Amino acid sequence: MDIIREVTQDQLRSDIPDFRPGDNVRVHVRLKEGSKERIQVFEGLVIARKHGGISETFTVRKISSGIGVERTFPLHAPSVAKIEVTRRGRVRRAKLYYIRELRGKAARIREAARK
Amino acid sequence: MVKGILGKKIGMTQVFDDQGRVIPVTVVQAGPCVVVQRKTTDTDGYEAAQIGLVEGKPPRKATKPITGHFAKAGIPPTRFLAEVPVEPGDETAPGDAVLVEMFEPNETVHVSGTSKGRGFQGVIKRHNFGGGRATHGSMFHRAPGSIGAAAYPSRVFPGAGMPGQMGNKKVTVKNVQVVKVDPERNLLFLKGGVPGARNSYLRIVKVS
Repeated sequence: MDIIREVTQDQLRSDIPDFRPGDNVRVHVRLKEGSKERIQVFEGLVIARKHGGISETFTVRKISSGIGVERTFPLHAPSVAKIEVTRRGRVRRAKLYYIRELRGKAARIREAARK
Repeated sequence: MVKGILGKKIGMTQVFDDQGRVIPVTVVQAGPCVVVQRKTTDTDGYEAAQIGLVEGKPPRKATKPITGHFAKAGIPPTRFLAEVPVEPGDETAPGDAVLVEMFEPNETVHVSGTSKGRGFQGVIKRHNFGGGRATHGSMFHRAPGSIGAAAYPSRVFPGAGMPGQMGNKKVTVKNVQVVKVDPERNLLFLKGGVPGARNSYLRIVKVS
């Protein structure tokens, strides 16, 4: 297992901010359109972080024109240009899948004191 | 040139390609290997190289015949020994090293190994049979059912799916893409999975 960690070490990114489920983030995604590249921002609530090492992913959920949209990004993917944390939330579990069933006021998350 | 190498499965991980896509890879400790015997048309009727995987560990039981076979090539016995094809007009001799450098990214290879043993299994797991209904008094759940007709042909056709040992046999995966080669650490990154458990031995042969 150590060899695996060693060979993926150089692909790990060091510019990832500390964020947890419950936080709101703006994910800047690189998009290839033909030969041009542009950046799209996906902003929403982090509802899960999964796996570890090079395989780590995080899921962001947002409500887009009334419809819930979730996207899962590989944390260390080169297609993720930047991650900004916009709000720190206080939650008591690691996976916030229950948010899917909630609407409006019930789907709020308290702000954390953590900085 | 020898057209294959021996290796040991390390495990699976993933890499990002130049377009940022995730590629699942199996990391293989491939080599260093050493040529133990060169089989030739004159002496053996065909051309091949018998190579051993150098791990710095002696075989669990190095018998006198094995030790003698290796002594001929002037090398200590290795745990894993296998034959690989050679290119026409190949001039390798016993004692020569076989290294991962021979592979290039995007090349395709065939990978053989011993699959994970599943023990004695029924037809549902072993041959993907459907099985019967679980309820409604069917009384037919995981049995194989009919294995053929009666008076004619009065026998069971070869190849009929039956329960038996599953896995722990040689399996070859063909046309596996080489994703990356790490000559420094003797590592080979193969796209997708390969047969066997971690730390099991593999034989990797170039296509063509």
